[in-house]
This record gives sequence, C-alpha cells and structure tokens, in this order.
Amino acid sequence: MRFVRRFLARVANFAGRSDHDQRLREEIESHIALQTEENLRAGLSPVEARRQAILKFGAVEAIKENYRAEQRLPWIESLLKDVRFSLRLLRKSPGFTFIAVITLALGIGANAVVFSVASALILRPLAVPQAESLYQLFRGKDKAGDEFSYPDYRDLRDRNRSFDNLVAYDAAIAGLDTGQNPASAWVELVTGNYFDGLRLQPYLGRLFHTSDEHGANSAPYIVLAYTYWHSHFHDDPGVVGRVAQVNKNPFTIVGVAPPDFHGTLVFFFPDFFVPIVNAEQVKGEKYLNDRGKRSLFCVMGHLKTGITPQQELADLDPIGAALEKSYPKEDSDMTFTLERPSLYGDRLGAPMKAFLTGLIVLVGLILLAACTNLGSLFAARTADRSREIALRLALGATRGSILRQLFTEATLISLIGGLVGIWGSVVLLRALSLWQPFTKYPIHLSVKPDAIVYGLALLLALASGVLFGAVPVGQILRTDSYEVIKAGPGGRVGRRLTFRDLLLVVQIAICAVLVTSSFVAVRGLLRSLHSNFGFEPQNALLADTDLSMAGYSGDQVPGIQKRMLDAVEAIPGVESVGLVNPAPLYAGSVTRLVFTDKTADLRPANAVAQAFLFKVSPEYFHAARTALLSGRSFTWHDDQNAPRVAVVNAEFARKIFGALSGAVGGYYKLPDGTRVEVVGIAEQGKYGSLAEDAKLAMFVPLLQAPSSETWMVVRSSGDAQQLGPAIRNTLRDLDSGLPVYIQTWVKEMDHPLFASRMASLSLGVLGAMGALLAITGIFGMAAYSVSKRLRELGIRVALGAQRKEVLQAALGRPFKLLAIGSGAGLLLGILASRVLAFVVYQATPRDPLVLVGVVLAMSLLGLLATWVPARRALSVDPSVLLREE
Amino acid sequence: MKEKADVLQGTLALMVLKTLDVLGPLHGYGIARRIEQISGDLLAVNQGTLYPVLLKLEQEGAIASEWGASENNRRARFYRLTREGRKQLQVETKDWQQTAAIIGRFFAAKAEDLP
Repeated sequence: MRFVRRFLARVANFAGRSDHDQRLREEIESHIALQTEENLRAGLSPVEARRQAILKFGAVEAIKENYRAEQRLPWIESLLKDVRFSLRLLRKSPGFTFIAVITLALGIGANAVVFSVASALILRPLAVPQAESLYQLFRGKDKAGDEFSYPDYRDLRDRNRSFDNLVAYDAAIAGLDTGQNPASAWVELVTGNYFDGLRLQPYLGRLFHTSDEHGANSAPYIVLAYTYWHSHFHDDPGVVGRVAQVNKNPFTIVGVAPPDFHGTLVFFFPDFFVPIVNAEQVKGEKYLNDRGKRSLFCVMGHLKTGITPQQELADLDPIGAALEKSYPKEDSDMTFTLERPSLYGDRLGAPMKAFLTGLIVLVGLILLAACTNLGSLFAARTADRSREIALRLALGATRGSILRQLFTEATLISLIGGLVGIWGSVVLLRALSLWQPFTKYPIHLSVKPDAIVYGLALLLALASGVLFGAVPVGQILRTDSYEVIKAGPGGRVGRRLTFRDLLLVVQIAICAVLVTSSFVAVRGLLRSLHSNFGFEPQNALLADTDLSMAGYSGDQVPGIQKRMLDAVEAIPGVESVGLVNPAPLYAGSVTRLVFTDKTADLRPANAVAQAFLFKVSPEYFHAARTALLSGRSFTWHDDQNAPRVAVVNAEFARKIFGALSGAVGGYYKLPDGTRVEVVGIAEQGKYGSLAEDAKLAMFVPLLQAPSSETWMVVRSSGDAQQLGPAIRNTLRDLDSGLPVYIQTWVKEMDHPLFASRMASLSLGVLGAMGALLAITGIFGMAAYSVSKRLRELGIRVALGAQRKEVLQAALGRPFKLLAIGSGAGLLLGILASRVLAFVVYQATPRDPLVLVGVVLAMSLLGLLATWVPARRALSVDPSVLLREE
Repeated sequence: MKEKADVLQGTLALMVLKTLDVLGPLHGYGIARRIEQISGDLLAVNQGTLYPVLLKLEQEGAIASEWGASENNRRARFYRLTREGRKQLQVETKDWQQTAAIIGRFFAAKAEDLP
C-alpha cells in the first residue's frame, strides 16, 4: 500500500512537474539559519557560526540529488532524455534513419504478412462450433478418392455409429434469378442434415433439415450465404419467403446462414445453399441413385464425444468392405482416412503447409538479413561518432549511459520500423483479401487483421532492435577516450574475410538469383503473351452460357444456339461468331482416346494417343482465327444425320496418319467404335496449358455432339470490350432468364497465364526485397569502410592520390564482394531458370537481354548503394582532416 | 558503504517517526537536533540527509507538513505524524523490538546453553 502511494505521488509529481526544489531550498535555508543561531549562542563568531552550520548540514548538491531522486521517477526522466536525444540524432541524419527504418519495415512487414496468411489458412479454426471434432472422409489408401456417390454416402451415414451426423455437399454453378438480373451464382448442394450436422443456427429465417427431404426435387429451398445476402440484397430481411428461380425452377428463400460461415473450405465462398435432393434441377443431371457416379465433393461430420479418429476408422472400414462385397461393380477401394476439411485434407493442406513453411523460412531469412544490415549500419554510425563518444567518456559519462542511449536509438528505430512494416502489411493484406484471382470462381483468401500477429510482429521488431543494437557494444566498450582523441578513429582496418562479409556476399548472391529469375520470368511472360496459341485472343470476347440454366434441354439446345449465333452476328461491329466447348486453355478440358481405323480391339492399351476434344460450331475457326492448313471447316449440314466428321490439328495428323498430306479423307476410331472422317487440318495450338509440348486435338461439330454449355467467341472489328453490353442485351432479348458471363479473351487468358504471372510477380517482389536488402547491406559496409579509413584516405590525397585510387582504396572491398556475389547469383539464377521453365512458358536464361539486364541491375544497385560513401570519400580534404584529427 | 547508508535510512525513518510521536509537530532542524541528542554522533556529519527521508515519509503518507513559524519567529516547515504514521510506528516498533530481542538472545547465548 505504502509503496503504491509513494509511486502515485511520484507519478503525480512527474506529470504535474510540481517543483519541490524551491521548498528544499527554503528548508535548507531555514535549517542553516537555526543552526547558525544555535552556534552563535554557543559563542562562535558570526562567520564561523555559519560556516560550521553549513559543514554540519553536509554536501548540499548530493542531498538535492537524493531529494530529487526521491520525489520523481529518475529512470523515466533519463529515459525521456535519452529518447529526446536519440530523436534529435536521428533527425540529424535522415538518410541513415530512412534506410534503417525501411530495412526493418521490410523484414517485419514480410513476416507480418506471411504469419497473418498462415494464421488465416491453417491456425484459425473454421467458423463452425466445435471445429476440432470435424473430420472429412477420404476414400482409398492414397486418399486419391475424395469423392463419394450419393448411395454410398447414404449407406455410410446410416450404418456408422461414431459420427454425430455425417453430412455431404457438392458444388455447382447455377443460374439464379431473384427478379432483377439473372446471374450465375455458386451453389453448394448440401444434404438435408448439413446445417444440423455442422451445428449451425440461422442468422435469419430458418435453415433446412432432414425432415424437409421427401425424395427427388422435393425441397426447393434456398439458404443464402451471409455475404451474398449482404451484397445482393443489401441486408434486406424481407427476402425470407421470397421465391427465386434456380435454372428456371422456383425455389423459396427460407433463411440466411450465420455471418462467418461460408462452407467448410477456407478460400471458397459459395453464394447459396440448396438441398441435394433437388440436384437434378440445379445441376441438370440425375445422380442421386447412381452408385457409380461419384459426385459428392466432400463427406464430413463431427465425431461423437470421446471417439478418436482411430476408433472411427475401425467402425467405418467393415462398412466399406460390406459395400465392396454388395456392389463389386461400382465400389472399390472402400477404406478410409480422416482429415481436416478446411483445406480439403492433405490434398491441398499438405502443399499449402509446405508452401507456407517455405515462406516462413524465407521471411525469417529476410528478417535476419535486415538485422545484419542494420547491425553494420549501426557499426558504421558508431564509428562515425567515435570521437563524440570518446569525448563524452572523457567528460565523465559512464559506458553504461552511452550504451543506454545507443539501445534507446535502436529501440526507437525498431519501433518506427515495426509500425511502418505493420502498416504496410495491413494495406497489403486488405488488398489480398479483396483480390479474386479467378473471375469466374468465388475463390479468395479472407485475411482478417489479427491482433496477436501484429503484437508478435512488434515484439519481433523490438527483439531485432536489441539484436542489431548490440552489434556496436564491443566498439564502445573498447573505446579508449585518450587514444581516440589523440589519434583519431580507426587505426585497424580488417583485411581478412569476416563473417559479416560472407553474409553480405550470400545476400548479394541471393538477390542476384532473384533478379535473374524474375527477369527470365518476365521475359518469358512477355513472349508467351505474343506467342501463337492456335487462336488469337486479341479483339475477341468470350460469352459463356449454359442453356440448362434457362431450362432448355435435349433437342431445343441446337436451335436456340443457332438463334444466339445469328442474333449476335447481326450486332454492328461483330465480324464473326462461333461456339466452342470447352474453351481452349481453360480448366475443364476434355480428352478422348483415339484409335487408328485398322484397330479392331478397342481396349485402352491399343489406343494410339489421347487427344483434346473441342465441340465447335462451323464458324468457330474463322472467329477464333484458327488457320486451317488444308481441307474444309464444318457446315450446318454436318449434323446428327450426316456421317461423323472432325477437323484435327497438325500433330494429330502426323501421329495418326504419318503426314499432313493424305490425312484429309482419312478415318480414325473412338473408344465406342465410331469411325470419324477427317475433313480438315487445323494449325497446331495450345490446348491444356501454355507450357505443354505439341498435343493432339480434334474438333467435332457441335451438332453431332450437342452441349448445353458453350463459349461464344465474338470476333470484333474494333475494340472488343465495347461489344459486351450489346451482346448481353441481345442474349437477354432471346431469353431474359439466361445468365451470361462475358469477358474479353485477353482477360480470360489470365487463367492459363496465372501460374506464370504469379511466379513473375512473386519473383519480382522477392527480387525487389532482395535488392533493397543488398543495397542497405552494401551501403552499411561501404559507409563503415569509408568512415574507418577517412584518415588514411586524407593522407593518400595529400600524397597526390588520384580520385580513382581513392575510390579504389575506399570502395574496392564492397565492390569486390558485390562482384563475387553477383557472379555466383547469376550462375545460380541461370540454373534455377531451368526449374522456372516448368511454370513459366518460354522461360529461358539463354537470352542476351536477360544477362545484360542482370549485370546492369546489379551494377546499378552497387552504384546506388555506394553513392553516398563514395561522395564522402572523394570530398576528403586532407588539410581539414589532418587539422581535425 | 552503500549498505550502511541503506540501514541508516531505514533507522533514520523510524527515528523521525518516534521523534514526532514524542515531541509533536516539529521542523526539520528540531528533528535533527533531537536525533543528534539521542543518537550521539550518528547524524553529526550530514544533517541534510534527513530531508530526502522526510520527503519519502510524506509521500508514503506517514507524515504531513506545512509552513509555520519557529520559536524565534523564523519561517520553517513543520512536520507532524498522521494516523497512518502512528500505525506504521506501532508496527515498526513492535518489529524492531522483536528483532532486537532475538538478536539480543543470540548474543547472550553461550555454547553450553545449547542442548
């Protein structure tokens, strides 16, 4: 209690700056006066009486000091003094402060970003109650079989005894018409017990239950995801009870799911949920009774309390064995494993974790490099200040107080750097959360600010501050004030390779590797943007439609597709229009085995090759600018009644018929025995991915292989972008309930180029970081070296050294390190580019531009880093220097 | 050296409290005189060390102070014991007596006294 009261009194004194000094002075005065009177009475002379009184009182200054220490908080005061002094010093050298803050901000920011992402992806539990007991079921030993058929799921659900409630879902894209604008939306088809099994409560209205299911298409209910309700219905609670059209079938909106819930995959954000018993209406295919059709994307459930995953497997495996026995044709590999559903088990979880671990190691290294560089920056600074420090020591400052000031400075820098880094990471993470890499898929990464991560980042910054602040401690402890003032700083100049030099070389090398790889990647990317894909994305639009979303099926489909083509072709500015499914280079490509015409036994082993299959309308080749090397395109007469025909690509012709000539008119066979006549040969293109070798492809008439989903290729005579609204309106006039997804073909190329882009982008970011770190590293080292040898340089200049020689003496070492590091980095970078070629199409290091670019970049980097120290070395004025030192 | 000063400070505080308890409100010089009289030359050299102790006690709430006039009409600051201080004095007196008694018994004990 007493202690607290005393402390509070001191804080009050400190805050109020109430001055007790005056009071002490008066008390001393009165004390001495009283003592003097006493002494006078004892018979001393007035002068002697006062002298004795003062003597008896003791050392006034020491008492004042004690008194002051008693009334205030001396450590805070001296801390504030240190802080003020350090701030003044930092302001005086803005260059140093800027570089130090940026270096640390980089290290801390990178760590904050990576740890936030890791926390969002891996550490944070799913937004379902008791997420720790939720497991997803995987089939087969290698966990390859993650998908289940609905009948199998039903048997597992009904026969197992250890899951609280086994639930399942399937994902699809469907046309959702809520009365305004029909649009395609992502839907999760979920089992009736889904919400109950996940123990969720509605945010609004109700969720559906097992009791709502009464056979196929019996539960036309919609539960909206909170975000979709928020963005499309503007939080209108009146939507509950409204009827919406899903692929032209009436569904009732019954409720809204809880705010944080967006299914059980961390990066997937479906728009709404419907019962899976209505799958036929939503997905357009019947699969609920087909045991061989594995379309359930995920089967999962909460384990009952007290049951371990091992016990659970012991319960499931006999059920699987029984199923295999009862349905030998459909079921195989019915053994199970349990994984976490949030990252789709190990399938995505393992690579994601490996990737994040790699990133964590990388940002750790970045922070370490940042700290090392800051260490050498501080060493250089301390060397510059050695005279001042020596002077302060000579004037009676303790080494402790100088160290305290130094650490205050380091802590200040680390605090500022840490805050700047955290601010940067918040900005970056906000952008990352909004970023949707694939326009068509509801996939993004929602990273919410995490107080724990930021707290840790700040702690990390402080720890780094102490770490790099400790570098010059030895320098200060060794300072001999007499020697320094007499002789000037720095007699010793290190000649041998120190550990710090080695670190710097490694840093430069890593930077050079990254710079080389990012140059290679960017060059590859630029080249692949303008390479030949077998079609021309420039000046073309893609319009993706699925007629089943508007309720068309069977024989209606070709008719409406012909009308769509005619209507869009009539739009002014449209040059030609064709249909294709799937779009080349788009996820969801289809391949088929092909056989020569002579093959009689059509077993898979006898197939000649596998070929990509594209269903196209007659004008497709013209609209896509796919050149026909020989033969003809299709006509509208190549329909179901006509003989089966195909246009194949050059590689197909070579592989099946031996040569391009003579392929036209030839036949090949499909697995079902159909003979197909080749009527034309198309130029070679890219079909599955940009990095693939020459692949086989065949184009067949849409009329002979109908498909309700098609991509309309609209070739424009001008700017393709401007045709978008006209196409949308035209298609709406045909059918107002048909959702259309329109995008320029160039933009759609983002998908196949995604990997290359990401690789170039991340290499670019890492390269920039590496470059910045290398610059600060070289700068610190060069500044230190110049500062240490200033006197020697002065003498050299006095003895007639030329500028070149001065520079060589001052900066030879940093440049040597730069050259060694860059050389090693360039070599390693060229080797690494071989790996890069797997990701980035047309990435090759054998490119003079890349080599020249890397050498230029590294030289520029060296020039930038040594500019200030070099100027300082050159401005050495021997007369001034020798007089001062 | 330092330790001795700390002990001195602790005992000095107790002496100040006792003085104020016995003599009532008193100025700094009066307290110093009184301690000097009773303790011999413990405070003979550095009377000034008293003032930080007074401030500390005041901040702890054991004593209070205000300006007043001395017996020969000189301005001086008078210190008096608060209720808190009186309680503190009682507790510390008891502690001190206990300690003193124990130490005294230790010094009185001879080897043959032990069983």
